[in-house]
Amino acid sequence: MKTSTARAIQCSAALTAAGLLLTACGSSGGSGSAQPAPAKFNGRGPITYVAGKDTTGTVQTIIDRWNKAHPKEKVTFIQLPTDADSQRQQMIQNAETKSDAYTVLATDVVWTSEFAAHQWIEPLPANRFPLGKMLQPVVETGKYRGKLYAVPASSNGGLLFYRTDLLKKAGITQPPATWAQMTADCAKVKKLPEAKNMSCYAGQFQKYEGLTVNFAEAVNSAGGRITDANGKPDVDTPQAKRGLDFLVKSFKDGTIPKEAITYQEEDGRQAFQAGKLVFLDNWPYVYSLAQKSAVKGKFAVAPLPGLNGPGASSLGGSNLALSSFAKHKATALDFMKFFTSEESATYFLKNASLAPPYADLYDNAALDKQYPYLPDLKQSITKAVPRPRVVQYGDVTAAIQNEVYAALTGKKSSAQALKDLQADLQKLTAQ
Amino acid sequence: MADTTIPLDTTATVPGTAATRRPGRSPATRRPRSRATAGSGRLAALLVSPTLLVLTIVVLYPTLMALDESLYGPKGLDPRTGFISDTEPFVGLKNYTDIFTQAGDRFWNAFWNTTFFTVVTVSLETVIGVAMALIMHKAFRGRGLVRASILVPWAIPTAISGLLWKWIFNADGIANVLLGHQVLWTADGFSAKVAVVIADVWKTAPFIGLLVLAGLQVVPKEVYEAARLDGASALQQFWRITLPLVKPALLVAVLFRCLDALRMFDLPYILIGAQKGSVETLSMLAQNEASNVRFGPASAYAVLLFLYVFLIALAFVRLLGADLIGEAGGARKSRPRKAREVTA
Repeated sequence: MKTSTARAIQCSAALTAAGLLLTACGSSGGSGSAQPAPAKFNGRGPITYVAGKDTTGTVQTIIDRWNKAHPKEKVTFIQLPTDADSQRQQMIQNAETKSDAYTVLATDVVWTSEFAAHQWIEPLPANRFPLGKMLQPVVETGKYRGKLYAVPASSNGGLLFYRTDLLKKAGITQPPATWAQMTADCAKVKKLPEAKNMSCYAGQFQKYEGLTVNFAEAVNSAGGRITDANGKPDVDTPQAKRGLDFLVKSFKDGTIPKEAITYQEEDGRQAFQAGKLVFLDNWPYVYSLAQKSAVKGKFAVAPLPGLNGPGASSLGGSNLALSSFAKHKATALDFMKFFTSEESATYFLKNASLAPPYADLYDNAALDKQYPYLPDLKQSITKAVPRPRVVQYGDVTAAIQNEVYAALTGKKSSAQALKDLQADLQKLTAQ
Repeated sequence: MADTTIPLDTTATVPGTAATRRPGRSPATRRPRSRATAGSGRLAALLVSPTLLVLTIVVLYPTLMALDESLYGPKGLDPRTGFISDTEPFVGLKNYTDIFTQAGDRFWNAFWNTTFFTVVTVSLETVIGVAMALIMHKAFRGRGLVRASILVPWAIPTAISGLLWKWIFNADGIANVLLGHQVLWTADGFSAKVAVVIADVWKTAPFIGLLVLAGLQVVPKEVYEAARLDGASALQQFWRITLPLVKPALLVAVLFRCLDALRMFDLPYILIGAQKGSVETLSMLAQNEASNVRFGPASAYAVLLFLYVFLIALAFVRLLGADLIGEAGGARKSRPRKAREVTA
């Protein structure tokens, strides 16, 4: 199966590829010519766009627009399953077999390092995209070791949804900015007769990616961090402990209901819509759905609270990357530019309520009127901290989930969990 | 075409050899038999060869590939370039030794979970399945409806029934409403194990019921009439007649269920979720390694699971005499004895 000659060929192919990369990067970073490294992005013709199932029906509309203008370079939309793990799985399988079936990939923001390190995706010429007009934390998610590998298509940040009617009744005018204020507000609200059976706060605490997101938010909002600027784990700190302790304590004293340990995004949303929660940490998609539910007009959004002031969200969203094994890369690059343009982003915001990566769309008065959460979302995204940007993200997130879940369910003290997590992460990032 | 040439061939060679080796026997009695076996043997080989070819391609080759793959380690990261190397290093048996040393806790946990699920679900399914078969076998009004409704769970794909039960076991789900008290089924813990067992038994007890029903329907009515004349009670009839007579069908059903349960993946994965220690099975472990692009260790887990499944299947066939090949096949030696035991 893996003969030595085959290996030698693969090796030399890798070396040539690496050589090409170096030259390509050299030229793209330099003079700023309109066509950097023409040898790398050549070939025009039909390509494919690969993303998770499009539940809003908006992606095909944008692709149709492109196809109408470029009849010889048609884009076919390949829909993958809705959950991110299956999407990643299929993209990896495609890359492992070096298939040219996938051209442009819609990748989750946390996959960039892994995909780039495996050279499944191409480094992109940064000067071909209007990155300067995008929010900086969002652009950072597309980079690996300082080079651009993916272009932001949409962003996402966590928001605090809260019940305006109940807060008002309890005499509170401002949404809470700190955790302490939030629990104090909650205690006041709970004294109201209509809030008798309500719980205070929930996020996503089931053992899955959502737990990593919520843990990262708690740690970052308490002034801690999971990895430092060089990607080295730094989670066994007093700040991180204060963040985790907030979650552990809230579970213990009932601020977070016991059943929230099984909550994913949808469970929390349904609990909030059913009037069981005063505060909910979730993505902006909840807004339009909650407007159609029993809590319509009774809620608003605010930035996430933190330990000593507004907290920091985890950054979500999706980027476009170019498969290394695809054909017609010149077309692909043009399509990526078209798909991530401000015009497309506006369309996606209006029709699929996807958070755009462009800064000025958040300051558009007409849009703000339609989507009152946009200013808060902008603040959430600009202050957001990306989840650890590591090659072995799958193992890192699994380690985080294991330790945090153990702390939340009372199997470990938060100090012990963080100590073990630090050791796990050190082992994982040492390789 | 083949049967015109083959007999000619055998008649030319067989008499001579037979005569020289066993002079006492007349060639006239030997010839028809040996002609038939050699001819049909070759025809059989010819007819079976496409099957063997397909089996080689879809079973033997992947198995050998997995064995080979399990000797390679994960690709390493070059800290200078930041790229993962293109080739997998040959590590020999390191993946296996790792499983029993540094990844040991997780492996043994998954191993015991797998075994626990297999033993518990298959036992429950056997009892419930036989009961279902007995009910379906009885003649009563609306029998068709009962049969159909019992078979519905088996017709639902596992992934769908996983989702179905996920809703049932939700924190606000119908299971908790019926219990009148909140059990967090999908959180990591013993209740998650129970949830998987319930969902699996619900889904696959009908399978055993179906196979046992087929076994029941070939039992002649006269046997029961005779037993009744002899004054055997219903319980005696069940233990002495029904159970021994459906035993071959039941054993095959149980064997199939065991092999299925040993490679259980989708139900705990969808119902409870990945990386939940209380329900993680060996298949989930292999999938987890493969999804993190470590195909070597993943293959090692898969090979160990393969060996485990193989040993269980072998034990069934050897110790319990499960008749996998059918009455005309390899179990021919033991069959008549058993049949005599039963009827005696």
